[in-house]
Amino acid sequence: MTEAAPVVKSAVAQAISDIPDPEVPVVTIEDLGILRHLEVDESNRRVSVTITPTYSGCPAMEAIEHRVVHEAVRHGYTCSVETRLSPAWTTDWMSERGRVRLREFGIAPPERGAGARGSGPVALSLQVRQVACPQCGSTDTEELARFGSTACKALRRCRACREPFDQFKAI
Amino acid sequence: MNPDPTTAATVASVAPVSAVVSETVAAPYIQGLADDALVYAQRLGEWISRAPQIEEDMALANVGLDLLGQARVLLTRVGELDGTGRTEDDLAYFRDEREFRNVHLVEQERAGFGFEMARLLTFASYQCELYAALRRSSDPVLAGVAEKALKEVTYHRDHATQWVLRLGDGTEESHRRMQEGLEAVAPYVAELFDDDETARAAAEAGVGVLPSTLRDAALGHVTAVVEEATLTEPGAPRWRSRGGRAGIHSRPMGYLLAEMQHIARSHPGASW
Repeated sequence: MTEAAPVVKSAVAQAISDIPDPEVPVVTIEDLGILRHLEVDESNRRVSVTITPTYSGCPAMEAIEHRVVHEAVRHGYTCSVETRLSPAWTTDWMSERGRVRLREFGIAPPERGAGARGSGPVALSLQVRQVACPQCGSTDTEELARFGSTACKALRRCRACREPFDQFKAI
Repeated sequence: MNPDPTTAATVASVAPVSAVVSETVAAPYIQGLADDALVYAQRLGEWISRAPQIEEDMALANVGLDLLGQARVLLTRVGELDGTGRTEDDLAYFRDEREFRNVHLVEQERAGFGFEMARLLTFASYQCELYAALRRSSDPVLAGVAEKALKEVTYHRDHATQWVLRLGDGTEESHRRMQEGLEAVAPYVAELFDDDETARAAAEAGVGVLPSTLRDAALGHVTAVVEEATLTEPGAPRWRSRGGRAGIHSRPMGYLLAEMQHIARSHPGASW
């Protein structure tokens, strides 16, 4: 189930796909890969949606769920929302458009390949990955805090332009 | 943002209850895991505004948030499986001390930062092995939580690892306090890996995993970090905790529950 939602969309499907993430509103739930499945049953005026949380404790999930129902109802449909944990969300599901939007907003997008990395042994080092500054593009950046303003982000600083920035953690 | 409450819309929940798992086997096993996560989340939340730096306030709050998220799904599952129909809130707020099944490690009071990093390293190392094994659980919800949470607890373990290295291999003072943290945690470690009847039945049914089988890998990681950090593995403790999985808790547990539960009990049915 890693394919994105259908390309040609009805108005209700488009509205649901375009719901912004409550905590990172420059990207949609579709961009983030939170929206896993969307099915519109026109004859019964019914929408079935499957979403997956980024983190187990992500406080935005309930807001997203309510917003999905709200958009469906606004378009005259009833709606069921299923929250699915498996397969577990990975930043590899983020769309290219989502990555571009994050970078333009000043958040470094996650590196690719996180899903394949799995849960191997943890390196006993303090710095492991190279992350480019979303402001100036320099890769001379350092981690300030492994846990940032939301569960899905870490805080970094660019040594070249001295700007601090959020990084979407690759998981 | 708020949905119209008068509409016919429904919000469905997670997977259906599998016929394979019985209420006597799966529910009590999952409850132990849920209570560990819930109670440790509560303890970690106490660090907010008390950590050595603001980034660490955020870090420990985020670790706690991950655990709380795991606990919510697991407690909801317990309510589905045990036939009582209790919700996650019923189980979190309206059970008494003897009905909680968490190990003593997670209920101990917040002490120094060295203690917390020793506790987090131990607990996250345990949870990494636990969730890695539970991805194959016959209970679809537990398997789903495990797959999701494994990524989270791996990050927690990595965070604790970095701190233990930094403090152990830091100044004389940080080394001493990190060593004290390890010594203080030592009596609570064995209980994580005790096999009881609940765990045996769950393992036999394919729902759970025997805690004793997780021991070598989990403690192997802790030992590697301790050595790398120039610290000394504590010797065998003179006493060890036991009884948490049977509902017998240590003194701090009652105080923890009083704080965690009092608003919900003072205003039953309140929502916001």
